[in-house]
Amino acid sequence: MTLRLGRLPAVYAAKFRAEIALQVAYRGALVIWLLGLLIEPIVYLVVWTTVARGQGGQVGGFAAGDFAAYFTILMIVNQLTFTWHFHFFEWRVRNGFFSPMLLRPVHPIHNDVAENLTFKMLTFTVVGPVALFLLATFGATLHPEPWHLIAFVPTLVLAMVLRFLLEWTLALAAFWITRTVALNQAYYVAVLFLSGQVAPLSLFPPAVQAVASVLPFRWMVAFPVETVLGRLAPGEVLAGFGAQLGWIIVSLVLMRVIWRAGIRRYSAVGA
Amino acid sequence: MRSLGLIWLSLRLGVLNALQYRADFFIQLFQSLVGLVTALAAVALVFGQTDELGGWSRDELIALVGVFLLVGGLINVVIRPSMEKLMEGVRLGTLDFTLTKPADAQLLVSVRQVEVWRLIDVALGTVVIVIGIARLGEQVGPERAVAFGLVLVAGVAIIYSFLLILSTLAFWLVRLENILVIFGSMYEAGRWPVGLYPPWLRVALTVVVPVAFAITVPVETLVGRLEPMTLVTTVGLALAFLVGSRWFWKFGLRHYTGASA
Repeated sequence: MTLRLGRLPAVYAAKFRAEIALQVAYRGALVIWLLGLLIEPIVYLVVWTTVARGQGGQVGGFAAGDFAAYFTILMIVNQLTFTWHFHFFEWRVRNGFFSPMLLRPVHPIHNDVAENLTFKMLTFTVVGPVALFLLATFGATLHPEPWHLIAFVPTLVLAMVLRFLLEWTLALAAFWITRTVALNQAYYVAVLFLSGQVAPLSLFPPAVQAVASVLPFRWMVAFPVETVLGRLAPGEVLAGFGAQLGWIIVSLVLMRVIWRAGIRRYSAVGA
Repeated sequence: MRSLGLIWLSLRLGVLNALQYRADFFIQLFQSLVGLVTALAAVALVFGQTDELGGWSRDELIALVGVFLLVGGLINVVIRPSMEKLMEGVRLGTLDFTLTKPADAQLLVSVRQVEVWRLIDVALGTVVIVIGIARLGEQVGPERAVAFGLVLVAGVAIIYSFLLILSTLAFWLVRLENILVIFGSMYEAGRWPVGLYPPWLRVALTVVVPVAFAITVPVETLVGRLEPMTLVTTVGLALAFLVGSRWFWKFGLRHYTGASA
């Protein structure tokens, strides 16, 4: 980490160019990731609209159109915040691909941030139009006030930062455990439910809602969605910002501690 | 008889292979249990707000979760791993060794790779189906049980043929292993009755990726809601798929030149 901070933009620019070339070369893989990303929100959208219709049009304050808006925007937020490092780190460490990254004079996280942002830029060109299509076909109803839309931007950016930092830090477990797949899956399920991807959190039993607002997951995905849907009072949005910042600080501290310990622990396989 | 011997041999090899990595059993057990809890929790969440979902009751959906796990397990024990191996073989040229063996090539590639620990899903799925049926208080007579078995076998045969056709495309397109990932995502949509979905998605799940026949139709049979016509259609379709995929496999094989040759 001998590189001066001023050089970082140049590093990112170079990485962006390389990544775009790489991702465009594997267009097929891109399309497949997209399909996987689309199916789940559509499934839950359909399930909950059916429930709402069966209950005379409304469930827990959500009408069919509200569910359509919720799950479509959830899809966008999820697409912009998700990371794949938890899945990927094990392979990276086990096969020794981490070694060359450590030799570069930049912290490896910058490589991953650039990779993540490029992938999202490219995939968003498809996810954006698809989201518009879904909003139209499922008759989504959205009525945010202007301040909701303005607040949406920082909540989304903080959610991206938080999810990236937290998942990257947890992925470092691969330094100690050679097979992280079970850990990874348990985490994935926690995210699935507690970040509001199966249902809006307000439909959960109160005890689960209380747990969800203490844990980081809600602040990674559901919170920006709730904000832009106009379901939160100004005070709740402010409290949410606090929770996001708090968890970002915790993740940063954890990352530094675990990274230092992990790097000492790492003995490159195949080196 | 010889075919049965080959299948048995492949299974035994799979077991021996798996026994080398016994810790994987616990990892798979953990993953299967997490998968089961996830599916049941989603059902519980939905039925916390309603008593029926598009005409399906809670206990019928529990049975559906069971069939989802059971069929998913069957696919993951032998069909998916063997098809992955087949596509890899086309890409690397190792398929040549299989083709030179004096047995039916389709059979050989179809049972090539066995992931034994995935049988846990099959076992869990069976238990969940039994629980779902018991809760329904349905009397599943021998007639309905036979029909269920028949439709289930037909459904798995359709999925197998479908995956074989997809994998055979590798003879022309070579790099195709990701296509199984698409199938995996579509299979996830089978967690819920296909009747819920809007027409375009229902058509996709019935015709384009025939998940409906493997999951929804067997459950309908089990809860006694299946019309005799659907049963006939499913079995007929399975036969057509088996014949069609075999023809396509042979056709593809004629185009295969071998990557190493």
